[in-house]
Amino acid sequence: MSITRDRIEELREARRHWEQTTLRRTLERQPERPWRFTTISDMPIERLYGPEDIADIDPLDDIGLPGEYPYTRGIHATMYRGRLWTMRQFAGFGTAEDTNERFHYLLRQGQTGLSVAFDMPTLMGYDSDHPRSLGEVGREGVAIDTLADMDVLFDGIPLAEVSTSMTINAPAAVLYAMYVALADQRGVPRSRLRGTIQNDCLKEFIAQKEWIVPPRPSMKLAIDTFEFSVRETPQWNPISISGYHIREAGATAVQELAFTLADGIAYVQGGIDRGLDVDTFAPRLSFFFDVHNDFFEEIAKLRAARRMWARIMRERFGAQNPRSWMLRTHCQTAGVSLTAQQPLNNVVRTAIQALAAILGGAQSLHTNSLDETYALPTEEAVTVALRTQQILAYESGVANTVDPLGGSYFVEALTDRMEEEAWRYIRRIDELGGMVNAIELAYPMREIAEASYHYQQQIERKEKIIVGVNEFVSDQPQPIPILKIDPEVERRQVYRVQRIRAERDNAKVQACLAELRRTAESGGNTMYPIVEAVKAYATLGEICDVFRAVWGEYREQAVI
Amino acid sequence: MAEPRIRILIAKPGLDGHDRGAKVVARALRDAGFEVIYTGLHQTPEMIVSAAIQEDVDAIGLSILSGAHNVLFPRVMELLRERRADDIVVFGGGIIPEDDIPGLRAAGIRQIFTPGTSLAEVVRWVRENVRPRGVAA
Repeated sequence: MSITRDRIEELREARRHWEQTTLRRTLERQPERPWRFTTISDMPIERLYGPEDIADIDPLDDIGLPGEYPYTRGIHATMYRGRLWTMRQFAGFGTAEDTNERFHYLLRQGQTGLSVAFDMPTLMGYDSDHPRSLGEVGREGVAIDTLADMDVLFDGIPLAEVSTSMTINAPAAVLYAMYVALADQRGVPRSRLRGTIQNDCLKEFIAQKEWIVPPRPSMKLAIDTFEFSVRETPQWNPISISGYHIREAGATAVQELAFTLADGIAYVQGGIDRGLDVDTFAPRLSFFFDVHNDFFEEIAKLRAARRMWARIMRERFGAQNPRSWMLRTHCQTAGVSLTAQQPLNNVVRTAIQALAAILGGAQSLHTNSLDETYALPTEEAVTVALRTQQILAYESGVANTVDPLGGSYFVEALTDRMEEEAWRYIRRIDELGGMVNAIELAYPMREIAEASYHYQQQIERKEKIIVGVNEFVSDQPQPIPILKIDPEVERRQVYRVQRIRAERDNAKVQACLAELRRTAESGGNTMYPIVEAVKAYATLGEICDVFRAVWGEYREQAVI
Repeated sequence: MAEPRIRILIAKPGLDGHDRGAKVVARALRDAGFEVIYTGLHQTPEMIVSAAIQEDVDAIGLSILSGAHNVLFPRVMELLRERRADDIVVFGGGIIPEDDIPGLRAAGIRQIFTPGTSLAEVVRWVRENVRPRGVAA
């Protein structure tokens, strides 16, 4: 770092001496455990890191100061001393009424932003009474068919004051339009709406796999929302570029980092190709990362992500506005790390992961609940998860200083290593012609499938230990309460959407859908006709059927 | 005479896109010497049963995470009975609460593998419980 070359040489010499004396004596007396010391993603970890390991990292250009390029130490100068991260628990189940009740509960418990989980039919663009929705309505999230459901979902919630994140991708334009339409109905100026739609179609093809139309028209829809958002809702984040699902699908930390940033590159290029000035929309791009069990790997990943994005935006895209360079991110603890065995241990895992997110500099955080390997969380379980964040924020002292691990030999070396390996993937994707092409070639999907199979085999061979699963196993069951969704929810929701179809002005709906179709066919921005269609109570499924008719349904090329 | 190879259909019923488990199990079964056919995502019970009959499989492994198992798994069994193919052994796995298992077994699902099951356990179970159809036990 700031040490002279001569001093580094002295350090290297001291290290060699230490290896021959102190270390050697220790190893003779007590060998190291017969264990492969690697991160959870299988990146090798050295015994010791010292100043000589970070001699090539420039303390100013590579690490710098918080709130300044390249933002390795955080996007704000004061970080959590200025404002704590947003505690945003993801919630949604049953009908809009059930979820609205949970929202009010979470806000009373001190949650500071809302985050909506939608059910599978909503994510796939089907109405609750579609044959494919059978058995799925209200189960993994809330069912939203029309603007009427949206009205109930946000009943009693001041849209101008609360920021709302919506985990919706393929039909993101429709749910975003419903939120805008709701604001219009309630007289809330669009300019005051704050929140995020996930809207990341690329990671859907790579990992989460809730899609409607093929990658290229999906990109077009996403760019339509960028353009609309720049004009109409300037405080809104029209996308959350998501590594979370990529990681949960089995990617390594490096793959998550690389594929997420490569997706980001594709979206920025898409916006520029539309004719948007990069500095008008780039400041509103947000990110979403997974935080897994390997504490230091996760911290390094988040620090590397900020540095890489800053370089991509400034050097590759020539963005001028510092806000365009900043990678703002929501984080979620790793759902996939939770175990059904000894579920109380999940509280500990989540706490460690949440600490890594905070030390990594997240802007917003969701902590998973201990019961999520079984079902959506109960109220008690979600409260413990939220309290975990509050304990970190107010009791642990970790929010008192900015980037407390900055300068750690290990953390800086690992940050650098993550960055280097992620660039290698990004270069490969560039060679393939960008992420959309790479997806069409199933390249990231194959890389992830390989990594997840490798990891599972390591678990089978006990090269990676999971407490309560392949080691420290207990025969004593640890029963916990599970949230049950009443099958009645599906019947009620099916009735509701059918009633709305019967009561609305159907001629008007058909005219709106025809207008949407014309716009989609002509390549115009679809957001405006979608807003009009949802105001006429066109259903989510009807609008998505227009997309399917114009662009065709996506069919995956299933590979194992 | 060599015993005919056992054919297994790994299927993802419902709308959830979480195929990590299904793919890992499919690969492990293939590596263990079985013939494995994977349906891909977003399959209806009708699509799964048709594929099973068409491919003449000996077993179907259903993987689901969305909570729709109580509706979709029994529906698969019902369709297999209707099409007189209920000698196909059906097993399942995914995010399935313990409380739901007795009901699924009553519907004819032979085994449910819950999270944390090792691949070796799945392979062993298939070896012990699946025989080529049409061959006397």
